[in-house]
Amino acid sequence: MADIRNNFVGIKSPNPFWLASAPPTDKAYNVIRAFKAGWGGVVWKTLGEEGPPVVNVNGPRYGAIWGADRRLLGLNNIELITDRDLQVNLREIKQVKKDWPDRAIVVSLMVPCVEDAWKAILPVVEETEADGIELNFGCPHGMSERGMGAAVGQVPEYIEMVVRWCKQNTRMPVITKLTPNITDVRKPARAAHSGGTDAVSLINTINSITGVDLDSFAPQPTIDGKGSHGGYCGPAVKPIAMNMVAEIARDPETHGLPISGIGGITTWRDAAEFMALGAGNVQVCTAAMTYGFKIVQEMIAGLENWMDEKGHASLDDIVGRATPNVTDWQYLNLNYVAKAHIDQDACIKCGRCHIACEDTSHQAITSMVDGKRHFEVIEAECVGCNLCVNVCPVENCITMEPLAAGAMDQRTGKPVSPVYANWTTHPNNPMAKVAAE
Amino acid sequence: MATGHFKEGIAGGRLSSEQYADNFSDLHPPLDHHEALVESDRCYFCYDAPCMNACPTSIDIPLFIRQISTGNPIGSAKTIFDQNILGGMCARVCPTETLCEEVCVREVAEGKPVQIGRLQRYATDVAMSENKQFYPRPEPTGRTVAVVGAGPAGLAAAHRLARHGHDVTILEARPKAGGLNEYGIAAYKSVDNFAQAEVDYVTSIGGIDIQNGKALGRDYQLSDLIRNYDAVFLGMGLGGVNALRADGEDADGVTNAVEFIAELRQASDLSGLPVGRRVVVIGGGMTAIDAAVQSKLLGAEEVTICYRRGQEHMNASGFEQDLAAANGVTIRHWLQPKRVIAEGGKVSGIELEYTAMNGDKLAGTGETLTLVADQVFKAIGQSFVPAALNGSGASIELEAGRIKVDAEGRTSLAKVWAGGDCIFGGDDLTVSAVAQGRDAAESINRALTSNGRA
Repeated sequence: MADIRNNFVGIKSPNPFWLASAPPTDKAYNVIRAFKAGWGGVVWKTLGEEGPPVVNVNGPRYGAIWGADRRLLGLNNIELITDRDLQVNLREIKQVKKDWPDRAIVVSLMVPCVEDAWKAILPVVEETEADGIELNFGCPHGMSERGMGAAVGQVPEYIEMVVRWCKQNTRMPVITKLTPNITDVRKPARAAHSGGTDAVSLINTINSITGVDLDSFAPQPTIDGKGSHGGYCGPAVKPIAMNMVAEIARDPETHGLPISGIGGITTWRDAAEFMALGAGNVQVCTAAMTYGFKIVQEMIAGLENWMDEKGHASLDDIVGRATPNVTDWQYLNLNYVAKAHIDQDACIKCGRCHIACEDTSHQAITSMVDGKRHFEVIEAECVGCNLCVNVCPVENCITMEPLAAGAMDQRTGKPVSPVYANWTTHPNNPMAKVAAE
Repeated sequence: MATGHFKEGIAGGRLSSEQYADNFSDLHPPLDHHEALVESDRCYFCYDAPCMNACPTSIDIPLFIRQISTGNPIGSAKTIFDQNILGGMCARVCPTETLCEEVCVREVAEGKPVQIGRLQRYATDVAMSENKQFYPRPEPTGRTVAVVGAGPAGLAAAHRLARHGHDVTILEARPKAGGLNEYGIAAYKSVDNFAQAEVDYVTSIGGIDIQNGKALGRDYQLSDLIRNYDAVFLGMGLGGVNALRADGEDADGVTNAVEFIAELRQASDLSGLPVGRRVVVIGGGMTAIDAAVQSKLLGAEEVTICYRRGQEHMNASGFEQDLAAANGVTIRHWLQPKRVIAEGGKVSGIELEYTAMNGDKLAGTGETLTLVADQVFKAIGQSFVPAALNGSGASIELEAGRIKVDAEGRTSLAKVWAGGDCIFGGDDLTVSAVAQGRDAAESINRALTSNGRA
């Protein structure tokens, strides 16, 4: 049986599935329910400084986009940090940690960007015996207007400064949570690293408007006729989050920096993909908010079964395994040739591959052969773009088949070269590092 | 003597009023908004879609379904009505399982087609409930067209002609318009007086005058129409019912299935509609199924369809046969009627003879079977009655007993077009009649606008 116990920057949990800092982790009641359901850890919803708590809107706080059967694909929220009293939160954190010592409790923090504010909050959090802190530099709405959250996360110098303050003022591990609302996520990651962070977690939510009410012409979610950009999350953001995780994992400056992966993780497979790209564990929110805490049971069993099947003994066997395979475009093998192949037995003859290729690509799929409705790849035209695979409604009906070295590529009329060759050496590249032979 | 449900002979009031209401409720209840969205999402928006090619009216099915999925049912309805102004009724009565849904790639792939018929009903219901009219009536051209028969072919022709600005007079023998939509469809396929609502919807374009109680050959002659109108469209359907050619078929209790179906559709109180305790239906098509199922739903204890050939030869679709079976109707094959047995002038049974193929010819084997029956329905097809056409003037050319037309619906007579069940080559489908009426109207319009008179 695979061992899925997790040790993330010294914080131990029975599995790598944590609940992200968000509404599900705002109070003891929810967190206890999560632990009972099997979650390995939580990041307690962000605490602010001592004083009157923030207030939230009392209209809709969430917006969403759905598939046809109301499957929730993306969620957006405009909730702020916890709107509960700091002392109440601290008391609950302490009690829950005491009652659930084997689970990870990390406390998310956001206070003004002055050292004294951090110096004030860190000891009181430490006193709860929480396992670590996460710096909320990502919250994209509301708090950023007050110079916190994403307003810090978008300025690498501020990140480095605050991380340093924290490292100097607490013994707890520091996880820096990054915003995706930035041009190059490697910059804030490097800054956090320079400041001495123990880890980064990403992504926080993405600035978004989920819809526009076409009767009132108001953005959604709509609060008394107005809307504000909220943070987008859920399955729709997963590809964006995975790229950012991979960018940090493979960046020479941050390589090896522990990453807690966040962004649309809904199933064990999503989690495994994040971990393969370099995440040491994962944080989940939207999936729990959609289906309840029970989903963790599927995640645990699914991850274990997959690891057993593949012979991976522990999480160390999978974390970062895909990172070396993420590269720059310029290093992709231009001599690799694949052609689409349509399994005629599986084909249901919807014709989507044909019309996609015909209208928008390379005119490489027939619609009619010998007067019959028939969809077949014209290899002499196929550039191997994979669009047909993506639009085909039948799984594995269209596959990309690599041509073996030496085989004739009917499109170019040349045999496939066995030699790896990329853009850096290509004769068409004016910047080619090696002259073409 | 048994009473109530099991009353002997042909009697009404076999069921409670709740049972009647339940039995004759909508066969395919309408999709609600969410169901329509989910079902429309199943459509793959196929290229050169097989469903569209299978539709006799060539409705752009992928487009109308996509319009439903994007929250545009009104646009969807227009896509449907552009090709088929009776799209509402066709959505209810088309044997989709042998047309669009049979060739749906999801039927081919997983045996579960997109429910095209129900989606079409959803969109057309939305438009009709809002009385959304898509086609403005243009300036009248001053051309007049007579349409004989207010059935699907006649209504489709009339609407298309009105769209082109011509004035249409529909002459209908029956008290109500709609043709088989009103008189020939099983009640549970078209509830809430839909046929009349559709007639109102179609004719509200303007320029269409329906005159009921006007029968060709009785109240007017074809030659009158040719003389008084710029063009004539014949869409009078089939007037005759084929005989059993069995001894004793004049007995009391032997009924034409089409009349029973019409009577049932017109009945305001189903409990007053008598039906036999033991019913035998002779035939193998949709009419046989409709009569048999409705007999059962009216409370008949035993209903048996007897068809003279095998299951694979039945005109009724697989879905219709399953519907009959699900309602407790027994379908027996390779049996032809030989003799209706009567007691005191009333049907008491029917003697049937087993059949077999003798080479490529069907023949009785001599072996017989007798079924107890107090009611026998004849549903072995209808025939065209040409007598009314030939009361005056030149006679119209027929082919295999029906009106001969060319590809545009033109008959052998100048100025006269025809479509629907009365023409040779018709396939007894509402949707085909609509296509023929529509296309003949386009031909008429071309004739009326190119050289003034047809």
